[in-house]
Amino acid sequence: MRFMIIVKATTDSEERVMPSEELYSAMQKYHEELAKAGVLLDRAGLQPSSSGIRISYPVPGGKPKVIDGPFTEAKELIAGYTLIEVKSKEEAIEWAYRYPDPHGFGQGEIELRPLYEAGDLTINSELLAKDAKLDKQVEEQKKT
Amino acid sequence: MSLIDTHRTTDAIWRMESAKLIASLTRMLRDVDIAEDIAHDALVVALEQWPEIGIPDNPGAWLMTTAKRRAVDFMRRAKLRDHKYGEIAHGMDLYKEEDVDYVLDGEIGDDLLRLIFMTCHPVLSPNARVALTLRLLCGLTTKEIARSFLIAESTIAQRIVRAKRTLRAKKVSFDVPTGEALKDRLSVVLEVIYLMFNEGYSATSGNDWIRPLLCQEALRLGRILAEIVPNESEVHGLVSLMEIQASRLKARVNPEREPVRLLDQNRTQWDQLLIRRGLAALERSQKLGSTLGPYALQAAISACHAKAPTPAETDWIRISALYEALARVTPSPIVELNRAVAISMAFGPSYGLQIVDELCAEPSLKGYHLLPSVRGDLLVKLGRFDEARTEFERAATMTRNNREKELLLNRANECQS
Repeated sequence: MRFMIIVKATTDSEERVMPSEELYSAMQKYHEELAKAGVLLDRAGLQPSSSGIRISYPVPGGKPKVIDGPFTEAKELIAGYTLIEVKSKEEAIEWAYRYPDPHGFGQGEIELRPLYEAGDLTINSELLAKDAKLDKQVEEQKKT
Repeated sequence: MSLIDTHRTTDAIWRMESAKLIASLTRMLRDVDIAEDIAHDALVVALEQWPEIGIPDNPGAWLMTTAKRRAVDFMRRAKLRDHKYGEIAHGMDLYKEEDVDYVLDGEIGDDLLRLIFMTCHPVLSPNARVALTLRLLCGLTTKEIARSFLIAESTIAQRIVRAKRTLRAKKVSFDVPTGEALKDRLSVVLEVIYLMFNEGYSATSGNDWIRPLLCQEALRLGRILAEIVPNESEVHGLVSLMEIQASRLKARVNPEREPVRLLDQNRTQWDQLLIRRGLAALERSQKLGSTLGPYALQAAISACHAKAPTPAETDWIRISALYEALARVTPSPIVELNRAVAISMAFGPSYGLQIVDELCAEPSLKGYHLLPSVRGDLLVKLGRFDEARTEFERAATMTRNNREKELLLNRANECQS
């Protein structure tokens, strides 16, 4: 199972204030631990939203609207992510729990989200198809 | 947090910490069986206390401290008792209680490595190595291991008990081998991991084509190993090979759960993240090794497929060359068979068929379903459908995997029309 640990943006990260040496090395150490446990798949830090753009589709079927960053509401923005592969949700929570406070001055927030596995959707449609087939058989048996 | 939640969290923590616990305890006690028992005791204490006191801030350290105290108690008692654990008690003289804290840091990687070398020791049979490794390093329960291998739980349990007994009887030391021995022993470790991976990747029997748990465990173990022995080319080679193969897990079966051959797979379903990781591991492997070992070579072959946007763009000439190199490092009829396929793709089916025909006399390939299956393939390409059908039918009688059998019979039928 894959999970993404999403680090929310802070006013500091939005202003390109680099983390303190202490926080930096805590992050380093944490990711080393992930790697040593064989669960780290990927990680990256994102530049502030001032470097980004937003594309929205306010009118269905209409032209998209492009807006340049920065965007307000730091908490709704992402400053980085860490992608892990673990055996259970509990294990993911445990790892997320060990993530260092990414801000250190009260704004730190991380979010843990499971990824859809590529199989999830097909398995579901497969099961649905099977269910439908069974229902049909039952219906037909009732008729006879 | 409810009791059930606490239990589930404790399970997860066990999975994360058990190998480290067992490894450190084995170093103290010089006996993997007692080490596992004491680690389990610590878990039981956690299960009793955590629902009341809450899960500690550093659960790993909590478990380690609890386990170490119990180990120290155990050794004190052993010292007082007769000679049964005399040797262990003797070793304990070298151990001070303050070491308990020190062991929490630093040397964990080394201990894990020692433990891997122990569970993958040549005195054990390949099956026993896999079972013991899954149990002690991956933290899998006997039930999970049994389910992955489709064997009875009691068989696995016995296998593990016997393996531990062998380790004790043969006085297998808890050490990292050095010099030439390191290469040999490391290759056994890699073999165990790859065996685990393959068992999951293509089930040898039954209806389950893929048993993902084993693949994931093997991958995880490979990734761990690459961190603790970062300078061994073949370790990265194996990791690369597994990452790239795992990138195709989802494309390997169709919605009807039938296997799909590599060249027929939907490449957009390949996991690009795993491919990227695989290619990076291959690069590390190539930087470390002057000549590539068998895993790195196989990874390089896999990488050729991974890098081709469509099957038609596959660099078959490079793959043929890599198979030739592989045949030189590890000569085997199976490598030869694969080389034949690559050559037929690069230079035409008749060249491949030549090699395959020579292989038909090979006694070790008797009963190997891929030989007639490949031969059938080449014959189809040459328009010799009647002969091809016979080959596919023959192959179908040889495989133990039901899905594969179906696939082969389908191909045989296709030859008739």
